Amino acid sequence: MDIKYIETDILIIGGGAAGCFAALQVYKKSPRCKVVVMEKAHIERSGCLAMGLNAINAYIHPEQTPESYVDFVDREFEGVIRKDLVLTIAKRLNEVVKEVEALGLPIEKNDDGTYKKRGSRSVRIFGERLKPILAEAVMKTTAKVLNRVVATNFIYDGKKVCGAFGYGVRDNCLYVIRAKAVIVSTGGASGIYKPINTGGARHLMWYCPWNAGTGYAMGIRIGAEMTSFENRFIPLRVKDVNAPTGTIAVGVYSKQVNALGEDYLGCHYQHLGGRKCLTQYRLFATLEEMKACRGPCYLDTTNLNDEEEKQLKEDYLNMNPQIVLLWASNGMGPRKKPVEIRGTEPYVVGGHCQAGYWVDTERRTTIPGLYAAGESAGGAPKKYVSGCWVEGAIAASTALNDIDDTSTTDIDGAIIEKEKSRLSGILNRTIGITPLDARERLQKIMDEYAGGISFNYMLHENRLLEARQLLQCLHKHTNEVMAVDNYNLVEALECIDRIDVARTLVEHLMYRKETRWACYQTRWDYPQKDDEHWLKYVNSVYDIETNEIKMIERPLQ
Amino acid sequence: MSIFIDKTICNGCKGLPEARCERICPGNLCYRNKNMKAEIRDQSACWTCACCVKECPVQAIELRLPFQICSNSASLKARLTKDKTIWSIWNSQGEKEEFIIKARN
Ligand SMILES: Cc1cc2nc3c(=O)[nH]c(=O)nc-3n(C[C@H](O)[C@H](O)[C@H](O)COP(=O)(O)OP(=O)(O)OC[C@H]3O[C@@H](n4cnc5c(N)ncnc54)[C@H](O)[C@@H]3O)c2cc1C
Ligand code: SF4
Ligand code: SF4
Repeated sequence: MDIKYIETDILIIGGGAAGCFAALQVYKKSPRCKVVVMEKAHIERSGCLAMGLNAINAYIHPEQTPESYVDFVDREFEGVIRKDLVLTIAKRLNEVVKEVEALGLPIEKNDDGTYKKRGSRSVRIFGERLKPILAEAVMKTTAKVLNRVVATNFIYDGKKVCGAFGYGVRDNCLYVIRAKAVIVSTGGASGIYKPINTGGARHLMWYCPWNAGTGYAMGIRIGAEMTSFENRFIPLRVKDVNAPTGTIAVGVYSKQVNALGEDYLGCHYQHLGGRKCLTQYRLFATLEEMKACRGPCYLDTTNLNDEEEKQLKEDYLNMNPQIVLLWASNGMGPRKKPVEIRGTEPYVVGGHCQAGYWVDTERRTTIPGLYAAGESAGGAPKKYVSGCWVEGAIAASTALNDIDDTSTTDIDGAIIEKEKSRLSGILNRTIGITPLDARERLQKIMDEYAGGISFNYMLHENRLLEARQLLQCLHKHTNEVMAVDNYNLVEALECIDRIDVARTLVEHLMYRKETRWACYQTRWDYPQKDDEHWLKYVNSVYDIETNEIKMIERPLQ
Repeated sequence: MSIFIDKTICNGCKGLPEARCERICPGNLCYRNKNMKAEIRDQSACWTCACCVKECPVQAIELRLPFQICSNSASLKARLTKDKTIWSIWNSQGEKEEFIIKARN
């Protein structure tokens, strides 16, 4: 394995929504600043935006204000969010959407030129080409984009982050990138839990299967403070193909119905808010319907007209072509048969929920030199794609200001050798654990002991203690993971990262001794919400010396 | 199966250092074999995102759902123009539906 050395001012890890925006922002503010974007895939189609999007879910329409957006998110998350962070996002949502429109994104408009409302806080877009549009803008800047280079660890001198290591999948090289500031924007984590589709369909999941939580894991490994991992995200999705249900529920106003045809939110869950309930209760109610033998549950699309059915298909082609294929396979459109829905496996994300790095309002993490944006940054749920753009811009501005009087740091050759031998060790091993085995082991432990689908997402201390112990054991075996080729090496690294994320997740799940967020974090042993003790953030720091995860409580801010 | 590559249509993106489908797949699954034809490394790792389907200039790649998900077959192809995406979908009876959707201003 050869080594490639690169030096830059700002290194952006992950060229997704947040990362692309960060690169654009640096160029806008300081065109001579040197930027490197390290991207695991190819920035033209990578991460959550690879398939495209049909809506921008965070937008401030005329009758709303940034403050009312914060209140909405606070209500949705039962009073535990970082209001300060959400406010910084809400203030700039409209500005970033305008910028992306100017880059070429078609947005549905009213006759007077304002954006048409699609639900209270979103706009409908024709976003199949969203990622290529962003990527093209980035390529026009002076940023150096390294496609197919997978970040493996930060370069950390014990005090600050001085760059990052990357593995070049195509050239089999170790990239050693020194930087004055590093922005981590690698998205959230899928694949922690056993997925609903397994075997030959194991990657037919909602979240991007290659966002493996590497950004979180790299931070955990250097002792960065993480927040709110226990606020998992479990989306209610179209069964099997995992297409977002908002396209139907918000786009064409369909009701959730059970097998008896009842509008079950309205009939049975008025006490939770009925059809106006919080997002997590839509999932909760659907699970309850199954338990009451009134499932399967559906979105009632049978009363759509021709035009609406066509629009629905087009909206899905812009974001989730799989569902249109499913309709074609069954010879059915949504008008012939209602669309079946169910919860997916849990994910760890900072975009819909709030797992991630603990950051200040300028998006500095607790480690000097390291900034976080997008799904990687915690505390600000419901940021969605537009919020990720805002955070990319904020992190970039902060990094630019902070690097004014710094220079890159020399790196101890021993650190480089260590990372090189870690990677080549995985490639050279001929006996050991395959990534497939490691992944399946992890997913089984998490599913069975940390509230996966097999247990209706329910959590209990006894089970979590078991998970902790099994994960510790699995963690000990990570230095036996082996890979047969470059592609397989990336799979192996993903497994190792997921195990680190899972360990932190389990500690968070165990620590919050109440039930704050239905399904996302429901404790069998503490079934009530306990405002007296738990209106606070649960944070954690991994202690490198002792290999233990230390929990920290922080008051609401 | 998640994607089907029609080897009689695939021209191997000859002349390019990397095939277009290989360059674009977010999961690094497509590659060119010794005969300069596209292959997918691992069907079970496919996200069915259709990125390769859209990228292939000769429409050699079809999106299909894994058999686990649906025992009837249907397929989907796409073609990109500068500002539109043109989708063709064949249902299990072989009937075709087409959508032309704007994709950039
Ligand atoms: C299927 C789906 C549909 C969605 N629909 C909508 C919608 O309609 N409206 C809306 O507002 N939001 C939607 N969202 C949410 C929105 O897309 C995400 O919140 C947003 O894209 C996250 O931005 P990000 O930059 O944090 O992550 P991403 O955009 O996923 O970017 C992460 C990037 O990091 C790269 N990366 C990962 N690991 C590494 C590594 N080790 N080294 C280097 N690079 C790495 C990835 O390849 C990727 O390019 C949707 C999300 C999904 C998954
Ligand atoms: S559909 Fe997507 S994930 Fe599957 S091979 Fe094509 S580009 Fe890769
Ligand atoms: S892009 Fe199309 S033509 Fe080119 S190698 Fe792939 S399948 Fe073959």
